[in-house]
Amino acid sequence: MSTLNPLDPLLKIYSDTESVRLSSGTPIADRVVTDIFAYTEKLTQRVVLREDCLQTSWKDNIDKIVISRVFGYPLMLLLLGTVFWLTIAGANVPSAMIASVLFAFQDVLTHWFQLVQAPAWLHGVLVLGMYRTLAWVTAVMLPPMAIFFPLFTLLEDLGYLPRVAFNLDNMFKKANACGKQCLTMCMGFGCNAAGVVAARIIDSPRERLIAILTNNFVPCNGRFPTLIAIASIFMASTLFLSQSLLAAGMITLLVLLGVAFTFAVSWTLSKTILKGEPSSLVLELPPYRLPKVGAVFYRSLIDRTIFVLRRALVVAAPAGALTWILANVYIGNVSVIAYIAGVLDPIAKAIGLDGFILMAFILGLPANEIVVPILLMSYLSTGQLTEFNSLFELKKVLLANGWTWLTAFNTMLFALLHWPCATTLLSMYKETGSKKWTFMGFIIPTVIAFSVCFIIAQAAYLLGLV
Amino acid sequence: MKLKLGDHSNAPNDHSRVMREQFGIRTTGEQYVIALAGNPNVGKSTVFNALTGLHQHTGNWPGKTVDNAQGHYSYRNKSFLLVDLPGTYSLLAHSVEEEIARDFICFGQPDATIVVLDATSLERNLNLALQVMEISSKVIICVNLIDEARKKKLSINFGELEKELGVPIVPTAARNGEGLSDLQKAVYSMVVEKKKTWPKQIPYSEEVEQAISALLPKVEALSLASLVNPKWLALRLLDSDVSFIETISRYAATQPQKTVASQRQGGEFIL
Repeated sequence: MSTLNPLDPLLKIYSDTESVRLSSGTPIADRVVTDIFAYTEKLTQRVVLREDCLQTSWKDNIDKIVISRVFGYPLMLLLLGTVFWLTIAGANVPSAMIASVLFAFQDVLTHWFQLVQAPAWLHGVLVLGMYRTLAWVTAVMLPPMAIFFPLFTLLEDLGYLPRVAFNLDNMFKKANACGKQCLTMCMGFGCNAAGVVAARIIDSPRERLIAILTNNFVPCNGRFPTLIAIASIFMASTLFLSQSLLAAGMITLLVLLGVAFTFAVSWTLSKTILKGEPSSLVLELPPYRLPKVGAVFYRSLIDRTIFVLRRALVVAAPAGALTWILANVYIGNVSVIAYIAGVLDPIAKAIGLDGFILMAFILGLPANEIVVPILLMSYLSTGQLTEFNSLFELKKVLLANGWTWLTAFNTMLFALLHWPCATTLLSMYKETGSKKWTFMGFIIPTVIAFSVCFIIAQAAYLLGLV
Repeated sequence: MKLKLGDHSNAPNDHSRVMREQFGIRTTGEQYVIALAGNPNVGKSTVFNALTGLHQHTGNWPGKTVDNAQGHYSYRNKSFLLVDLPGTYSLLAHSVEEEIARDFICFGQPDATIVVLDATSLERNLNLALQVMEISSKVIICVNLIDEARKKKLSINFGELEKELGVPIVPTAARNGEGLSDLQKAVYSMVVEKKKTWPKQIPYSEEVEQAISALLPKVEALSLASLVNPKWLALRLLDSDVSFIETISRYAATQPQKTVASQRQGGEFIL
């Protein structure tokens, strides 16, 4: 007895009502939910007497602004921008301080190596390779993380994040995805692998897959330093706005772009290989609570900052050594690194990057944190500059290697959109149990990153902007 | 689905037994089946354990991984089988838990459904109660955690609530055993004494009501209308959840042949 018999009277009526379901602006199903809640609200007001109504009305009023149609989105953008601005403005000085201390110590190390008359290659691998990369990762990553994570944890503890999910639910529904995806994206800001695992909270397997495949479009903290460093360097200050404000604006725009891609890809997946209807989101908005400052700092500094930094350092040390070796082993007149970069250069130029940048992204597959250090080291090994003492030298290095605004812009775009790191891919495989979906998780962002950068680069070349 | 449809003379009884067996429920003799629904974390399990005195065993829904607990208790020499449904916020959305709860309340034909609400957040909890009341008239609302509500200085006008909703309302604090005998009494008078209820139907906005009344004649022409609330069925047809329509269709297909035949006629009539 087929249940899909089109002659089944019930299904017949169902397909007849298709026009009713689609005719009005808001779907009937949504109106039904709205009506039920309107009724329960009225009924509750009648039968429940609150003696502490003063306190609750104060909290209700906050929510009237935070999740209102008018103020919800602007407030979200403002908070996001503020967090980035505080991160960038606050990280500049300590970054420079850490850099100068660590690089001064590099000279001390070099001096020791000379004292014991260590062979040049050992000094190269250990000091110029490993130590310098470690120093860079620490100087570039530690201050932004030490500011960003506590701020983010503060918002989390206040109870703001679920409200963001509430605000964005409408957008996710339009993309035929689940509003809970927003929470997995928030996790993705910390670490995409964590974001992928967090997709378990989504009940529908279809929507879970969408959340897993698109999590990569949220820049994780491994990519934030790259974005922040490049944005800070290439946003010149104007009369009216300070450089850090401009950089924060740039990062906010990039994050929005990532979110836009999340929606676009979710929507496309829902319309093609992962067809289906969105399920509704039931979310309990927790009460606003004053965060416990001590707990916030402990959790964000110990659990996140130190954890992430350690992971970065563990990957960065061998990667630094490897890069140094590649840069100092010659085939004929060309170092291996220059050779690889040369091979990649035509493709990279077509998308507005150069061979070294693309190679750094490829070598950065184990962890995105090491992209900039690898890039820097490969530039430095080609002999343009041998020493630098402060973060601001970075701009000189990049300009000396032919960077333009287009290179900077496309590097940021590529960092935002390109393939997930190895850990994230592994998590995808564990969560989906499918090589096919893991491959999709790799290929979708890769294709998008190449296409977007290609279009922008070609447009810039054609219009003679570069 | 292989069902042996035998004697049709007492078809409804047979049918409800068959449906229950699909849900893994076997009643012994004169046992009433009571479903226990509620949002997550409202103390539903506490109510369950308090009523059954932990005489429970866990059964599995056919084909599902979610466990459901069953237990029994006796009250005035009658035996009641209590089925603990998964905690859900509504019956509209599409998680596995919500499907199970909805399908059981809808097709398992329990003799009564107790909806457990959290007294400290009635507004959110009432949503589920109203949806259950749309499916079934045999609903008892248990407002649990009244001890916490007292602590939070909330006072609830239970008389007003009962008058508005038209079903029995029983305030409880299951943790302390408060109100449980009232709950048992309410269940007894509903399923044994067949006390009537007048469940409040949700007042929908004009747009929705119009869509419903446009559909209602067609729905009422189906023989299915005698088994489920036609207005509720019309609303589900207006949802865009085709899988549930298929579930209802399948449910109709398990009806005794005579009913199926008349349903076919109904179909031709509509065509």
